[in-house]
Amino acid sequence: MNAISKAEGQALARTVLELDVNNHAGVMSHVVGMFSRRAYNVEGILCMPVGDGAISRIWLMVNEDARLEQMVKQVEKLEDVLAVRRHSAEHEVFERLEEFFR
Amino acid sequence: MSSPKTETLTGAQIVVRLLERQGVRTLSGIPGGAILPIYDALSQSALIHHVLARHEQGAGFIAQGMARVSGEVAVCMASSGPGATNLLTAIADAKLDSIPLLAITGQVPRSMIGTDAFQEVDTYGLTIPITKHNFLVGSAEELLDVIPRAFRLAASGRPGPVLVDIPKDVQNQAIEISEWPAPGVADPVPAPDAELLARAAAMINEAERPILYLGGGVVHSSASELAVAFAEKASLPSVMTLMALGAMPVDHALSLGMLGMHGARFTNFLLDECDLLIAFGARFDDRATGKVAAFCPQANIIHIDIDPSELDKIKTAHVGIMGDVKAVLELLAPQVSARLREPWLSRVAELKAAHPLRMPGIEDPRTPYGLIRAIADCLDDEATISTDVGQHQMWVAQAYPLRRPRQWLTSGGLGTMGFGLPAAIGAALAEPERTVVCFTGDGSILMNVQEFATAAEEDLNVKVVLMNNASLGLVFQQQTLFYGERIFASKFRGMPDFIKVAEGFGWQTLDLDQADDPVAALGRALSVRGPMLIHASIDTREQVLPMVAPGASNKDMIGG
Repeated sequence: MNAISKAEGQALARTVLELDVNNHAGVMSHVVGMFSRRAYNVEGILCMPVGDGAISRIWLMVNEDARLEQMVKQVEKLEDVLAVRRHSAEHEVFERLEEFFR
Repeated sequence: MSSPKTETLTGAQIVVRLLERQGVRTLSGIPGGAILPIYDALSQSALIHHVLARHEQGAGFIAQGMARVSGEVAVCMASSGPGATNLLTAIADAKLDSIPLLAITGQVPRSMIGTDAFQEVDTYGLTIPITKHNFLVGSAEELLDVIPRAFRLAASGRPGPVLVDIPKDVQNQAIEISEWPAPGVADPVPAPDAELLARAAAMINEAERPILYLGGGVVHSSASELAVAFAEKASLPSVMTLMALGAMPVDHALSLGMLGMHGARFTNFLLDECDLLIAFGARFDDRATGKVAAFCPQANIIHIDIDPSELDKIKTAHVGIMGDVKAVLELLAPQVSARLREPWLSRVAELKAAHPLRMPGIEDPRTPYGLIRAIADCLDDEATISTDVGQHQMWVAQAYPLRRPRQWLTSGGLGTMGFGLPAAIGAALAEPERTVVCFTGDGSILMNVQEFATAAEEDLNVKVVLMNNASLGLVFQQQTLFYGERIFASKFRGMPDFIKVAEGFGWQTLDLDQADDPVAALGRALSVRGPMLIHASIDTREQVLPMVAPGASNKDMIGG
């Protein structure tokens, strides 16, 4: 977001991805590495354990881009990723956080 | 009922026992501080033969050689730090060519991780992008889950490399074992979608000018025979990728040979004319497709792959089917009509006659093509052929009569110079009854030359054919063709005496340059058992042709 104004940033179509993952050291590296090695920026990340902590949920906000379909397929292939769900950019998980980023 | 027998074993002993239970009988590696407990346990194994490589990259490629000829998961080992970093190239190579490999590395004790301890490197972090999956093991107990899982993951679906990093204190940790996990085996692949299969069959039945495009997945799936029968039933001319060579005998009536950058003119011209491309276990690699927008411009595409992320990755398929190639062929074949396709096959014959693969010098064993042909004439289809990377690799891919799946070992995706010799060693370890011939160049051989010692120590039936053009030939060729003949850093000014080098390692040798009757000399050299270097000088100006410039369309070929 550094190089683009907030208004311009919002003009880019966004997608929110919701991932269920195993909760152990290294899983976040596997997930974000999939994006970074393709120079595909992740705009927002949230991660918290779910239930007893064996599983975590990762929320990613990414720009819509021609590579997104391929990205989702690659993320689904990761051994520690149990499920991937796609949401529209209006998903409230990031909207509610905005007050912490003012 | 008797109570289960309980044993107290260390993590290292558990690893060795799990490898034995997995059926591993040969593995390759190099010991070092952080993996010594496993080596100590390995010394007590009556079942596992450890092959001591002379560089960890060699160990990785030896394991790859075993995996490529057998189709089974093969194991390599290295210590922490430089041992692990030296393995990386062989692991990345296995990832790109979908080879089932298990790499086990020692790591500094858990209490020292993150302290910049001696020979500490973040092996886990380094191997994330080049493995299917990796593990940093946290306890001896975890090994009981991780090792069988590693085998399962390496073998399942699209095969690939898995790394298990084991801290030294975990190797030394003793626990009580009363029950062993089942060995890890490949997961079953879900059945392909019946509706998509029916659509694919209809497209094949309606096509006038179809081409079958066979990739490495056909070999991995042990589907070569089915693929050939399928092609024969529906009269489908067939191209092979570099990885698929041998899947259909190259002299089969329907074989169009290798496609792409160094494919024959008629092969690439026919792809330009086809109205249906049926891809089995192929990934539309840029060396195969050339400029993607210009690849098979008139064709509908059916793409079958076990890895769903390959579908629509490079080229959007009209029908994309996720499934095991063998299972798909079994279900698709009965739905496809027997056709003669006389107009299309006569067009194939016409273009083949007009634009054949030209192999100048094929009758002269002192030329690249002639040498390859003369060697092939001394061998039968039981021989295994490995290559390094460069001009010699492409000449062999074009000219060697490959007729058997798993006969052909080459570094396709990563294109790793130094692959050939250790891969040949692995092939000879896995199938000692075969003659294994490694074609190499004077550039490539020096990249893992230390493995001459391993082959001599194991007394393996490996023949290295060194095509010596005193240069990095493919670089020389590209500088000649695309960089205004500005030859730079591709011509060797110093040249080792390769005969003396090989003799120094305890190899038998033949210098073809000195032979009065090269064909007879080759016959003798290839029939002697044991490691043998065959050295042959090649003219530096020899080129691999035709050639598609990187990024250009396949129909714009240079030469040939």
